[in-house]
Amino acid sequence: MTEISAADAAVPVVLRVNGDEYRIAAEPRRTLADALREDCGLTGTHLGCEHGVCGACTVLVDGEPVRSCLMFAVQSQDVEIRTVEGLAAADGTLHPLQEAFWRHHGLQCGFCTPGFLMLSAGILETSPDIGDEELREALSSNLCRCTGYQTIVDSVRSVLDAGEA
Amino acid sequence: MGWVGRSIRRVEDPTLLCGAGMFVGDIGGAAAVRFVRSPVASGRIRAVRGPAYTIADLDADGVGNIEAVLHRPDYVRLAQPLLARERVRYVGEPVAVVVGATAAEAEDLAEQVELDIESLPAAVGLEAALDPDAPLVHPDEAESNVMVAGEMATPELAGALERAHVIVELEILSGRQAALPLEARGSHAVTERFGGRTTLHASIQAPHMIRTVICDLLGMPEADLRVVAPDVGGAFGQKLPLAREDAVVVWLSRRLGRPVAWIEDRSENLMASWHSREQRYRLRAGFNAAAHLEALEADVVANVGAWPCYPITWGVEPLMALAELPGPYTLEHYGVRSRGVASHTCPMSPYRGVSRPVITLALERLMDIAAARLGVDPVEIRRRNLQSDFPHISPTGLRHDEGTYREAMELAVSHVDMGAFRARQDAARAAGGPQPGIGICTFSERTGYGTPAFAARAMGVTPGFENVELSMDPSGYVTLRIGASPHGQGLETALSQIVADEVGTDPGRVRVVASDTDRTPYGWGSFASRAMVLAGGATYLAAQKLATQLGSLAAEVLEAAADDIVLADGRATVAGTSVGVDIAELARIAHHHTQRLPTGTMPGLSEQAGYDPAGTFSNACHVAEVDVDPDTGGVSMRRFVVVEDAGRLINPMIADGQIRGGVAQGIANALLEEVVYDEDGNILTTSLMDYLPPTIAEIPNIEILHLETASDATITGAKGLGEGGTIGAPAAVLNAVNDALAHLGVELNEMPATPERVRAAVRAAACGDSPGDTDRSTQEAAVR
Repeated sequence: MTEISAADAAVPVVLRVNGDEYRIAAEPRRTLADALREDCGLTGTHLGCEHGVCGACTVLVDGEPVRSCLMFAVQSQDVEIRTVEGLAAADGTLHPLQEAFWRHHGLQCGFCTPGFLMLSAGILETSPDIGDEELREALSSNLCRCTGYQTIVDSVRSVLDAGEA
Repeated sequence: MGWVGRSIRRVEDPTLLCGAGMFVGDIGGAAAVRFVRSPVASGRIRAVRGPAYTIADLDADGVGNIEAVLHRPDYVRLAQPLLARERVRYVGEPVAVVVGATAAEAEDLAEQVELDIESLPAAVGLEAALDPDAPLVHPDEAESNVMVAGEMATPELAGALERAHVIVELEILSGRQAALPLEARGSHAVTERFGGRTTLHASIQAPHMIRTVICDLLGMPEADLRVVAPDVGGAFGQKLPLAREDAVVVWLSRRLGRPVAWIEDRSENLMASWHSREQRYRLRAGFNAAAHLEALEADVVANVGAWPCYPITWGVEPLMALAELPGPYTLEHYGVRSRGVASHTCPMSPYRGVSRPVITLALERLMDIAAARLGVDPVEIRRRNLQSDFPHISPTGLRHDEGTYREAMELAVSHVDMGAFRARQDAARAAGGPQPGIGICTFSERTGYGTPAFAARAMGVTPGFENVELSMDPSGYVTLRIGASPHGQGLETALSQIVADEVGTDPGRVRVVASDTDRTPYGWGSFASRAMVLAGGATYLAAQKLATQLGSLAAEVLEAAADDIVLADGRATVAGTSVGVDIAELARIAHHHTQRLPTGTMPGLSEQAGYDPAGTFSNACHVAEVDVDPDTGGVSMRRFVVVEDAGRLINPMIADGQIRGGVAQGIANALLEEVVYDEDGNILTTSLMDYLPPTIAEIPNIEILHLETASDATITGAKGLGEGGTIGAPAAVLNAVNDALAHLGVELNEMPATPERVRAAVRAAACGDSPGDTDRSTQEAAVR
């Protein structure tokens, strides 16, 4: 078992994340989440369960929210990946969603926050006219243990209503 | 207008919102540690083969055992090794540890380790562990599985029960729960190559205490271990006790001379971190004809798992139940026996509210059942029993300071409009289908207790006080160093508001340093709804002292009397005049022009203060509205109302956030979450597909109203409220479920009220086999 089989050997992978290109070597079993965190140094994407349930690792892949713990790095080439690190403007100006989560107390410990922000960014960009019930349903795909959720809904709703996307 | 009382945005947030937080798993640069865990609940270790460290390696290095101690007669004292020695006692117990270059390699190595364990019979559930013939968890140290026991009775209890107009008997069951912080546990240790000093970053709640116990175990001076709790992704009590794994990580970093990190995965967290609240209460309560609770006799059993937790011990759940069961009521005659029973299951730690959610469930179910027996409205029976004269001394000697038990309930009830609800309920009963129910819960929350309260527990170490250090630098900015260890509660923001008011500055000019033993005064961390009261009180005192220092300095500079100096908006002014000086200029003078100060004045601007109160009780009333489908057993939340009195609110937005999050966890406890073992001790809920925390779909909007009682038990006027949501919600929800099904004769006194349990209760009621209790009274009270 100590020998590394060919299947485990790292292969070159190119990831495009937040507009930057990362040339890494990843074992086929390496998840996108681990590649982002360990190989790209983008530790804002958090791991809460690695089963695809909690959604803390949510990133946008070609604009769609994706559980990065359920995708392999080798599957993630030729796509545009966006993580929480890419939300704020280069000059540090917060994204409207970040401002809204701040204003509405949409976070406490902050561990689930990057996942909720990226999930919300996906909703904002693909379904700006989403209704209240559908919004709650969409947000029910991620877990938060601190807030009781309402302030997260309020945060996202306020940005949708302001049409700031 | 001052800063205290305002919902200012949190200073903690921008970093977290940008993904720039630093959690333990983000540090990196370390070899990966993986624990090899027992696959059986009970067994004898024959051999461990493979590339792993075991207890033999720790013993060879002279590493000590954990001793969680209560100095009381009915307490079994144990020495717990950091890895299993000779026996395993629960599925998931760490037996061996491997180190790999990456997490994946460490997992590969762990798979190569062979555990040769002779499986033995296991005692798993509460009843099984209590059985006189049960396999013993610690056969060498104890003759039964009862590890801690307490008993008390007031002198007139038996007579009071004898005289009672109605006796209500009741059994309450609480399933085993997991605190489930979204970030699991973890630790990262680096030992300096020269000098040998170690830095531990760990996802914990009490860094100073953890430094002490790890140094005791490894035989090293505390000056050589720096413990840092970086950003912590939720804790809720689960990260308060010492994790054996964290101590092993420090040991490995020192032995191997390389950075090592252990990042717990979700399965480990659910299987082997800490659980809580597997309890059974049997109550026998006597009410008089006026529906006043005269006497209460209780038998409490808590399944405390295989080992105690340090430093709180496995007395924490059963002994809290013993002390606090009388709750917010004016009960006079009280007797209780409470036992902690070991089993071959994961150990227990405090989880947000500890025993109080179950205590409150027991009392509030009791009130509703008694109300029905006596033909009294649920609101009225509470009105007649809630405390209203303060201070109130409980039968166990607890001092309840000024509160608003009745007022909170009246406000909650008028807010929900009971009349309208009952009309809707009547219509639904006629129509069939899902049935609405409403449930009330009134309770007190013991918060902010310091050394005096902990000393009564007779623990091996006595937590309690909080110290702070406060200094103003030459630029006029203030740095506050605290021993508390916030992890998401917004304490930094709230403390900066207190400082700003006292020294006349802006919260934006206050920096709070916490959670690093090298940079903060010794303190006990954040747990037990204590930080706002204790660290807040110490901060208030230190800030007053700093203000006095600034006032004297301003008086000197402005040639005025110190008593006439007013600090506000960054200026020190002579009251009633426009004569003044910028505080920043005073700060400059205090450091850079000390020749201007009177002889003997201490240069600089720094103060320290401590606070160590006896404690204060918050109170609240929760009202839950549910819909229950009698055909499927499904329960959905329709509405949740909280009236909270936590004294003076420092930052109402943050307070509401604590309440909402707590209520969500309480609803989860009431309806969804349960750790399940099979009878052999295999744990069946090791992923989030099996253990079911709520999503937004299960949590309604939570309406919050506040009362603010000025209590003299806390120097800032602020009471704690971190656990209240979790404490009250389960009882409110269970009462609502019972109310929804009352017309069917259903009585359900077990949480979580899963669809399976609701259906079983409906079926039992339909068979006339209600689990309702014997009623030996002769009165003709209306029975449902």
